[in-house]
Amino acid sequence: MDIKQREKYWKENLKYLGILLAIWFLVSFGFGILLVDQLNAFKLGGVKLGFWFAQQGSIYVFVILIFVYVRLMNKLDKKYKLDA
Amino acid sequence: MDIQTWTFIIVGLTFALYIGIAIWSRAGSTKEFYVAGGGVSPLANGLATGADWMSAASFLGMAGIIAFAGYDGSVYLMGWTGGYVLLALLLAPYLRKFGKFTVPDFIGDRYYSNVARTVAVVAALFVSFTYVAGQMRGVGVVFSRFLDVEVNTGVYIGMAVVFFYAFLGGMKGITYTQVAQYCVLIFAFMVPAIFISLMVTGNPVPQLGFASSGEDGVYLLDKLDGLMTELGFTAYTDGTKSMTDMLFITAALMMGTAGLPHVIIRFFTVPKVSDARKSAGYALLFIAILYTTAPAIAVFARTNLIETVEDTPYEEIPAWFTKWENTGLIAWTDKNGDGKIQYRPGDAVEGRQPEFIESRGTQGQRMISNASSSANELYVDRDITVLANPEIAGLPNWIIALVAAGGLAAALSTAAGLLLVISTSISHDLIKKQIAPDISDKKELWVARFSALLAVVVAGYFGIHPPGFVASVTALAFGLAASSFFPAIIMGIFSKRMNREGAITGMVAGLGITCYYIARFKLGWIGNPETSTQEHWWWGISPEGFGTMGMLVNFAVSILVSRFTPAPPEEVQGIVENIRIPSGAGEAIEH
Repeated sequence: MDIKQREKYWKENLKYLGILLAIWFLVSFGFGILLVDQLNAFKLGGVKLGFWFAQQGSIYVFVILIFVYVRLMNKLDKKYKLDA
Repeated sequence: MDIQTWTFIIVGLTFALYIGIAIWSRAGSTKEFYVAGGGVSPLANGLATGADWMSAASFLGMAGIIAFAGYDGSVYLMGWTGGYVLLALLLAPYLRKFGKFTVPDFIGDRYYSNVARTVAVVAALFVSFTYVAGQMRGVGVVFSRFLDVEVNTGVYIGMAVVFFYAFLGGMKGITYTQVAQYCVLIFAFMVPAIFISLMVTGNPVPQLGFASSGEDGVYLLDKLDGLMTELGFTAYTDGTKSMTDMLFITAALMMGTAGLPHVIIRFFTVPKVSDARKSAGYALLFIAILYTTAPAIAVFARTNLIETVEDTPYEEIPAWFTKWENTGLIAWTDKNGDGKIQYRPGDAVEGRQPEFIESRGTQGQRMISNASSSANELYVDRDITVLANPEIAGLPNWIIALVAAGGLAAALSTAAGLLLVISTSISHDLIKKQIAPDISDKKELWVARFSALLAVVVAGYFGIHPPGFVASVTALAFGLAASSFFPAIIMGIFSKRMNREGAITGMVAGLGITCYYIARFKLGWIGNPETSTQEHWWWGISPEGFGTMGMLVNFAVSILVSRFTPAPPEEVQGIVENIRIPSGAGEAIEH
């Protein structure tokens, strides 16, 4: 694999990381802590939304994020023929 | 059959299972001993990581912490799960590609320096020992609570069992026992949770019950907020911690999770890089099952506690109350002499625990000698949240026995994972890599086994004679891991320019300032103890959250120092190039 290909692969990986980690930050530090009072004005079922993100929602999103990354990277590895 | 008999049967069966697995999965080489031969499937590794990760504190303590801290408890929920996103995205795949056995291996090779390796070994030993002492104590406490033996006897039994499969099987034995232990612990946690959720909300899924209403049609959380504010507590869904402190503690727990050696090495055991990613996903999924159930149990338990005891005459109290009172986890003092229980904010006793005296009060309650002057009459140990669940839900005795087996599975699996890190640090990172590089594989395997023996003995000693600071330091192990390993590993992967000088000074600075802060404000070893109180914290950051600051210092110092020192040699930059490309990790490097 030549250097150009490697760099392209790495850049795409970093792009995925940037997007997914932004979501990671938003649902936990953002919705669960920084914006908790604003979100608590809304309700999901019987739970205030900010509180729900802090104790439930952020964890569900974390699990989804990892599996999304697994899928994205498996595709990327295939594209660059690195899945051997 | 009574609870005692059931407990002996179920705990005995699970122990026989663990020992059977240990004999079946004996290690024949150092590669099997350190990383289970690198052939564990992602699913099995995810299960094992779940058990490795969830300690007695998660199993017994988590729901309790949240029940009594409300919104403030969210830092543990987010912190101890969010770290897995960092692991899966930023660490596990690359360290798996690197393909060696330990975290100090990576630090030593990437930073081409035995000094860096030694700093990493010291940090790994330090973090693991502070953590494992609490686990061995936990094993003893679970034994004493369920089987009526002395705490110390419990520690000895736990030492014997862990030693057996760590000595024989190393990582291979530990991995497959942890798979079994995960199944035991999650079953034991979920069965009572489902029954309680059904009982309280009519919904069998606790995560949904959390958001629904009880029989009276009022949403559970609204009811709990109401009950608590009425009694003078802060509302359950409002916190008392500052926003800054919430941010810092959550971050420290996340980065610490991602930097804990006993978690990281689990990802060295899978065959491929893509498996490392996938197995981090499975691990978090299995952890999330418990971590999303815990806040639901917390709400059920806190509501139930307030509704049952508040303003209730002691004579009319349900049987579980007096049962746990007899074990010392609940205490009541009739401060205003009305014969009823008043549950209010503030500590009911002076000091950490109630001190019981022989005599009984006029109502038949146990008397204590250290009642505080606050209006609160009720002392409740947080562990009761999970322990008393099956009784409150009126479940059969065998389920109560199952909870005991679950607590033991949680404590033993975490202790075993930590002991492996300790023994590997000694036999591989110190002896093989630094003292006797020519040692044969067979001999190294025996050195590893005897290091495991040594580690079990030392951990057992700490379990029986816990140093005063252990209880408070376990939570701080995360801050130490966050301020030492996390930045060094991240920069080792994502920056080709990061060099030996930067990494070493960064680790020493980050670890140093975090240790100083903990010694100053948590343990009171340095400086005037009168100024070690909350008002004097820097920027309002608690010692639990200071690891985040230590991590930032580590990053800053590393980057600054590396700018003024030579770039790493060509072949090290080659290592970095190589770990970024996933293919070719199948043949884990033998050495």
